[in-house]
Amino acid sequence: MPTATSTRSPSQPVLKTPSQIHRARVWFRSHLILLVGIVVLGYMFLPVFVVVALSFNEPKSRLTYTFDKFTFNNWLHPCQVGDMCTAVGTSLKIGILATIGATLIGTLMAFAIVRHRFRGRAVTNLLVFLPMASPEVVMGSSLLTLFVAAKFPLGFWTILIAHIMFCISFVVVTVKARLAGLDPRLEQAAMDLYADEWQTFRRITLPLVMPGIVSAALLAFSLSFDDFIVTNFNSGSTVTFPMFVWGAAQRGIPPQVNVIGTAMFLFALTLVLISQLLGARRRRRLG
Amino acid sequence: MRTRRWLPYALLIPGILWLAIFFIAPMFNLGATSLYDPNGSLDTGYRMTFHVANYGDALSQYYPQFLRSFSYAGIATISALIIAYPLAYAIAFKSGRWKNFLLVLVIAPFFTSFLVRTLAWTAILGDNSTFVHFLHTIHLLGPQGRILATPVAVITGLTYNFLPFMTLPLYASLEKIDPRLIEASSDLYASAFTGFRKVTVPLSLPGVVAGTLLTFIPASGDYINATLLGQGARTSMIGNVIDSAFLVRLAYPLAAALSFMLMAAIVGIVIFYIRRAGTEELV
Repeated sequence: MPTATSTRSPSQPVLKTPSQIHRARVWFRSHLILLVGIVVLGYMFLPVFVVVALSFNEPKSRLTYTFDKFTFNNWLHPCQVGDMCTAVGTSLKIGILATIGATLIGTLMAFAIVRHRFRGRAVTNLLVFLPMASPEVVMGSSLLTLFVAAKFPLGFWTILIAHIMFCISFVVVTVKARLAGLDPRLEQAAMDLYADEWQTFRRITLPLVMPGIVSAALLAFSLSFDDFIVTNFNSGSTVTFPMFVWGAAQRGIPPQVNVIGTAMFLFALTLVLISQLLGARRRRRLG
Repeated sequence: MRTRRWLPYALLIPGILWLAIFFIAPMFNLGATSLYDPNGSLDTGYRMTFHVANYGDALSQYYPQFLRSFSYAGIATISALIIAYPLAYAIAFKSGRWKNFLLVLVIAPFFTSFLVRTLAWTAILGDNSTFVHFLHTIHLLGPQGRILATPVAVITGLTYNFLPFMTLPLYASLEKIDPRLIEASSDLYASAFTGFRKVTVPLSLPGVVAGTLLTFIPASGDYINATLLGQGARTSMIGNVIDSAFLVRLAYPLAAALSFMLMAAIVGIVIFYIRRAGTEELV
């Protein structure tokens, strides 16, 4: 290798020395796209600001949805409005159960699809893909016709069944991506060091896939907690939080709804930021 | 791994059973329901008469809502693509060590409940809102003009609510592009725009296809935005019709025919689109 070039760092431009004007244009262009990106992010956060602001609002009447007077009351007494907290509780219960069910079922499927060659793999992939490509109205209404035909009473359990159903695909896709990105040599190394198959799985594979499983579970929970359309078809008289908001939208929306919206936002944001920080620290530790 | 041929099937059984019973079987049942005699009722039961005319009836009564759904969803998808592409591009190429943080910011707004943030849009677009006053001031909107309860409001909501489904696939495919390919285009005297058009855009096409589908499909079946932001029959979409036919009017055969047609139309659109875009490995 010629010594003249080896002293130059690879990021330095070798062939071109751009003129001042060109450099200014490049600077502007590269920051223009960043600027546009920031504007778009601002637009994405606009409704969040409104939700946060309205959570501190004391509206003139139930039917107005504009900011009137500042108050902490909604935050101090979130359960003042009738059945809202019961609905939140129902949503939490369904969300947790659906997350456990879908994460278990979906993770097993992802392992089978990535790690094994078997007959019917293409059909399995299609079966996983289809629910993600179906509009919620169709999934919700078709499941309703099944429950009605089977004379299965609508309520908590039918909502749970439906939520597990539409969460599975998202879990499979998320865990699959993580599994496919694993370096197979790490497992081979463990086997070379006389770990048996189960030890390799427990000590090497599972910890490495865990971030994927955790993010799949978070995704499943937020999909379940937030679902309205499929739930609306299969809920009978059970009321989840989105169902409560839907009903309230016809009668006038209590400001406490925005307290729940803000709390959900803050809770999820904290959770994601913590997992990001832990991930970053882990990466640093591993070098 | 050693050969244990039963293992993959054992891992798959719970998932396949769940999806077969609660996703595939309902689709067949929906198809069957759509062929029942429409003169029955939930109490007395429906008779299977292979009443194909349900489809004709459904289509002739509700084709405006079908057309409206697909055009609203189409406009919303294109708007979302225009909004999300620069954002995804900025995160993929210009964000440096802030990349992960920015990705969190992209999904963060969608942690507030779907319905609550759609209601927030009714406040933003409401008749007494700052935004609408501003539009009045610059005469973009007549003195009696409003945004809420118009198609514009519904499309705004649809565009907004499905943005992460557009942004994340776009980001994923942009992020995979080797920056040396773009450098190579400029070394070969392509202008920045030509480089973008001939290198970046084609390489991000899988993301565009995935993003547009993931936006278009839920948007065309959605009726939350149409109800909360459209507020009336003039903006009602096919989801509104299916919802009220099933849950209010209890006209199951008609409702099932509508639902089945929506599914068929979307499967048709997806297949056609994927063929055209030439990204069949996506599925």
